[in-house]
Amino acid sequence: MAEKLKLFELIKQTARLMVGVPDYETYVRHRQTCHPGEPVMTYEEFYRNRVQARYAVGRGKIQRCC
Amino acid sequence: MSNIDSNGNGIQKTLLWIIVAAIGAVAFGAMALHRGETVSAAWLVIASLCTYMIAYRFYALFVANKVLGIDASRQTPAWRHNDGLDYVPTNKYVLFGHHFAAIAGAGPLVGPVLAAQMGYLPGTLWILVGVVLAGGIQDMTVLFMSTRRDGRSLGDMVRAEMGPTAGGIALIGVLLIMFILLAVLAMVVVQALAQSPWGTFAVFATIPIALLMGIYARFIRVGRIAEMSVIGIALLLMALIYGRTVADSPVLAPYFTLSAETLALTIIGYGFVASVLPVWLLLAPRDYLSTFLKVGTMALLAVGILIVQPELKMPALTKFVDGTGPVWAGSLFPFLFITIACGAVSGFHALISSGTTPKMLENEGQIPMIGYGAMLTESFVAIMAMIGASVLDPGTYFAMNSPAAVIGADAVAAAAKISSWGFAITPEAITQLASDVGEKSLLSRVGGAPTLAVGMAYILSGLSGVFGSKMMGVWYHFAILFEALFILTTVDAGTRVARFMIQDTIGSVVPAFRNTESWFNNVVGSALAVAAWGYFLYQGVIDPLGGIRTLWPLFGISNQMLAGIALIACTVILFKMKRERYAWVTLIPTTWLLICTLTAGLQKVFDPAPSIGFLAQAHKFEEALAAGKVLAPAKSMGEMSRIVFNNYLNAALAAAFVIVVVTIAFYGLICIRRALSNPGVTTAEVGGMAAAE
Repeated sequence: MAEKLKLFELIKQTARLMVGVPDYETYVRHRQTCHPGEPVMTYEEFYRNRVQARYAVGRGKIQRCC
Repeated sequence: MSNIDSNGNGIQKTLLWIIVAAIGAVAFGAMALHRGETVSAAWLVIASLCTYMIAYRFYALFVANKVLGIDASRQTPAWRHNDGLDYVPTNKYVLFGHHFAAIAGAGPLVGPVLAAQMGYLPGTLWILVGVVLAGGIQDMTVLFMSTRRDGRSLGDMVRAEMGPTAGGIALIGVLLIMFILLAVLAMVVVQALAQSPWGTFAVFATIPIALLMGIYARFIRVGRIAEMSVIGIALLLMALIYGRTVADSPVLAPYFTLSAETLALTIIGYGFVASVLPVWLLLAPRDYLSTFLKVGTMALLAVGILIVQPELKMPALTKFVDGTGPVWAGSLFPFLFITIACGAVSGFHALISSGTTPKMLENEGQIPMIGYGAMLTESFVAIMAMIGASVLDPGTYFAMNSPAAVIGADAVAAAAKISSWGFAITPEAITQLASDVGEKSLLSRVGGAPTLAVGMAYILSGLSGVFGSKMMGVWYHFAILFEALFILTTVDAGTRVARFMIQDTIGSVVPAFRNTESWFNNVVGSALAVAAWGYFLYQGVIDPLGGIRTLWPLFGISNQMLAGIALIACTVILFKMKRERYAWVTLIPTTWLLICTLTAGLQKVFDPAPSIGFLAQAHKFEEALAAGKVLAPAKSMGEMSRIVFNNYLNAALAAAFVIVVVTIAFYGLICIRRALSNPGVTTAEVGGMAAAE
């Protein structure tokens, strides 16, 4: 069961990262361990931030191929 | 998992690899020596998979461990700069998916289809040899170099390692390549949708669907990617199915039956609007739809080929290896290598491998799997495209891919012409196939996408069994939709990138233009970007000699040149790392790519045959113009002078590519000499023993 859950989690993360949205849980854990007490974006803020970042125009921002 | 012990664990492993090699050899033999009517696609698949396994185990891991010296204990940028957002240590399978989705595009699907005019064998061999020695090596090495430099982009690395001049020239090269890439991809969509109300309706429907998804994920259920994508894909499939109703309706069909000119203008306008609109509204949701559809369809096609195991009807070699083929002009060397492009080695991957992927790499030990492995997968996509094109009757293939100027505009004339080449086909077969897939005509549907769509429809309807034949039309348009959707997403995103590059270039003279927040800059930058690729698209559509035949070789040359630039940079860095003993690993593909692209580039400019050389073509029409004659296929003096101008323009562009690559090669040689004369390591890496920060 745990194995299956892990597989599902991996597929979910893969699909989300394919469209440029990394794992939110990982982000929250990172903020809590490395920046305790500092603000953490809500999921909604996090999502908007990532959408902006993926398509932001900038150097080295080519994320798609021919 | 990283440093796989090259001794293995004894005799069992050795035996296993000998068996893999033997199976591969048998498959190659069956594929190359088969002298019957048809040969099963299974041989091609087996030969490819065995090649990939052996190449990965014995070459990629050797390069990673011995040449690059990957170090599984070294901190990667993802750990050093971990912010949970851009820099995140990521599971290797998840990152593989991300990287593959970023590198896979229309290139590996279209190139092999066009290359099939010489038969399936030459193209297949180059896809395999190219990926093993050039494509995989480029992707993996750039990923490694960028990982060691905090995830810096290719442009930054060229500037840092080879100097600002080389960096600037490379950047101009990339900008030119962007324009050609966007024009040629948009051209593929135009050719696929022209006069096809079913396909046009389905593709147009993606715009309101994307807007709906964008609003849903912004305001109604923020960031619920799965929900919005399921809704979007369901609506998309409805649009696909009802596309037939639209195409059959005498009222609605005319609105969606568009000429190539109208479609080109529509796509140009669309690219502008999409570049100006906020990304969450149109670009992001389209990206989700196209990414999931792309990866899902590629997987479905792989399953289809494995289960159906279609027969390849295309001969291993056709008589067109001599360079007289109707699909594209030029002989096997160098133009086959230019035509295949992305499935064997793609310069654009160097931009991806130095983009987001190195910032998420958990461990250097995963570089071969992600860099080389994803490229092998892309190469397999190209093999599937080759299979898709080769399951058609050769007669059908040439009917779909030869320009009307060569085979005429009606089925009877076309069938006679193609049969005279030795590929027997009847006019009835041509019209029957068109009606099977729900199109009025399939003649001269150049650009690769429709051919692949027929091949995919054939394979996928074989998968759906007895109802198969009734499903042909749906599968055909599904395949068209799948290709058009992700090409248009690339056009959106590419226009934004081109806009930034233009702003950056002009901004070095007028600093205020750099501000990407400004609405004015945004509109002007977008308009310039769209105009640049839109010009090549539109001239390709209206110019009777233009189109895929002209643009695809230019695109292929530019893409292979970018790969050449990336590999030169990799070679320079290897010398600076004092690993010149192993520099042949990147020098071999660099040399080959330079030979191919320079030969092709110079032939495109100077070849005396008007079908190949742009200048010769321009002179031919110029002379006729001076004599007051109208040469076919031009119909008026206006068209004549347009052909002359476009040929000069294309010649200038091809010459520019040649100059860019020669200059970079020259700088590369200087850097290598300097590195050799210095006894120490002359390149700076980040991290390692003296970990920064």
